Amino acid sequence: MNIKKITESRIFLPLVILGIIIAFNVIFNKNFFNITIKDGHFFGSLIDVLNRSTYLMLLAIGLTLVIATGGGGIDISVGAIVAISGAVSAALFAESETPSMGIGVVIIIALLVSMIFGAWNGFLVAKIGVQPVVATLILMVAGRGIAQLITDGQILYIKYPTFFLLGSSGYVLGLPLSIYIAGSVFLLTMIILKKTALGLFIESIGCNSTSSKIAGINVNKIKFFTYVFSGLCAGIAGLLIASNVKSADANNAGLFMELDAILAVVIGGTSMKGGRFYLPGSIIGALTIQCLTTTMYSVGVSPYVMTFVKSLVIVGIFFIQSEEIRKIIQNKRSKKNKNISNKIIVKEEIA
Amino acid sequence: MIKELKLKPQYVTLFITLSIFTVLFGISSVKFDGFFSMNVIMNLFIDNAFLLVTALGMTFVLIIGGIDLSVGAVIALVCMLSANLLSKNISPFIVIPLVIIVAGLIGLAHGLFIHYMKLEPFIVTLAGMYFARGLTYIINGDTIIIDNPFYTKVSQITVPFFGDSFINVNVIVAFLMLGISIYIAHYTKFGRNVYAVGGNEQSAKMMGLPVARTKIMVYALSGIYSGIAGIVFSFYMLSGYGLHANGVEMDAIASAVIGGTLLTGGVGMMAGTLFGVMIYGIIQTIIMFDGTLSSWWTKIALGALLCIFIVIQRLLVVKKK
Repeated sequence: MNIKKITESRIFLPLVILGIIIAFNVIFNKNFFNITIKDGHFFGSLIDVLNRSTYLMLLAIGLTLVIATGGGGIDISVGAIVAISGAVSAALFAESETPSMGIGVVIIIALLVSMIFGAWNGFLVAKIGVQPVVATLILMVAGRGIAQLITDGQILYIKYPTFFLLGSSGYVLGLPLSIYIAGSVFLLTMIILKKTALGLFIESIGCNSTSSKIAGINVNKIKFFTYVFSGLCAGIAGLLIASNVKSADANNAGLFMELDAILAVVIGGTSMKGGRFYLPGSIIGALTIQCLTTTMYSVGVSPYVMTFVKSLVIVGIFFIQSEEIRKIIQNKRSKKNKNISNKIIVKEEIA
Repeated sequence: MIKELKLKPQYVTLFITLSIFTVLFGISSVKFDGFFSMNVIMNLFIDNAFLLVTALGMTFVLIIGGIDLSVGAVIALVCMLSANLLSKNISPFIVIPLVIIVAGLIGLAHGLFIHYMKLEPFIVTLAGMYFARGLTYIINGDTIIIDNPFYTKVSQITVPFFGDSFINVNVIVAFLMLGISIYIAHYTKFGRNVYAVGGNEQSAKMMGLPVARTKIMVYALSGIYSGIAGIVFSFYMLSGYGLHANGVEMDAIASAVIGGTLLTGGVGMMAGTLFGVMIYGIIQTIIMFDGTLSSWWTKIALGALLCIFIVIQRLLVVKKK
């Protein structure tokens, strides 16, 4: 396999960035790789990164499909939906250790509510034709208000032990349950996209929505579906987070997560312009972002300063992925080559 | 047959906006004691002077068919930066121009990225939003009080206006900016270019208009407006804090849209944005007067109103076609 093939593969960039971060940890943060076994469970920074990255993975899976439909497709309301989903579950458990509602019912209601908000985004984008940024911006801001309405402006504590299995105390084969949940969502999505024509349809809409429409694809229906799915993914992430922190905070749950999720998708090799998408890349991207976040925390950087660092990372990735920049570099290179060949000719003439 | 129905879309939405304002003001005046007064309206302007300035900048960006999500974060950055510089005993007459230039440079960077790298405006300005908020926290993670004598003095100046009501410096600045914006938008070459590029970039280019310069300048202008809004906000709050003006980007977009600016670009009026801000202010005032409703109802009500207006816009545009 030649080097060009490797560097041009879509998984190359995310893996390189992940490698750099891990290398940084090898040098500066030796505890990073310590894994101990306590009570039959694995403990350590790596497991922690894996566990925490599941939220981002879920958001990134939903967002990848939304971005892939093109036409500026984006969902910046995922952070607010995380807060709403957590708030709904906490409100239904009503701070009781033995809530009257079963855990299954609560999960279903919370996910349904998340999907309804996703459907609202989808309705505005696909049916009314509002720009996706503006449609989801409404929910990004108003959604936090709705979450606050549900929690009555308080931080609601969850005291129902069975619910904690989801995101903090549940283990299968020594690994946290949340990893299996995110993993199964990823696998199911992959199977649906690959085994049905849905994945192809989404790519086709992202490449050219007009010709897809002429070809007989129901463009609006599929766009609508991606927003509902993004809402569902954000809802699952919200439940995992609520279970992990054992409370619902309407103001801070999922705050600033939308940029992380976008970053994960972009690092993973999915173009913001839509069309070709790459789900495994988004998963690696999410892992990379969480690795970066955990590393920064261990160095002692505050979470708010992190937003600054991440904005620089995203600008850097734009530079790497930008076709315009690539063109400029290529032009320079070809000019250089021309100069060199001219010189050679001149030299030959002299000789 | 009926001539009134042939109104341009922005006038239709503006008419709806004015009706909503009148109805809201009328109902509230009946319902609440002391609502029907000049004081209430003047307070509405005092509380939202910074929003008016921000929304005017946003209107330019929306007319050109773009979006600027960084405005709230830039306001926070300007407040923090001025609080920090003032605490080091630097003269306000140096600080104020300096922070406005910083805000303008952030806007300029947005414009350059969007135009030359052909990136989506929302992703660039979203990155800008996180950049500015992060920078605010890097400067200081806590609240810094501004106790500079010039700032405290300016924030206390009141000008009597119409009977026993009064306005302050912020309102004067906001209306000055409104006048400047109307002049730029409707009476200069640059303003006409903005409308032309927003209407159809391709044909604007073919007509030989400076598309690149206009687009980049609009984002820089939005940065400068946010900077001035930040100064107004720092007079109002007299402090710097990382979460200042959180979510103002939606308030500004909503004000512009409610005031008749089309999100598809090319259509919009600066005077309309004033009425958009007034609607926002009246919702805020009603919630305050009611007393039982929590403050987050403002956001929900505004979100709902924005949805309704966007749907109306779509219907009007579809009808026109």
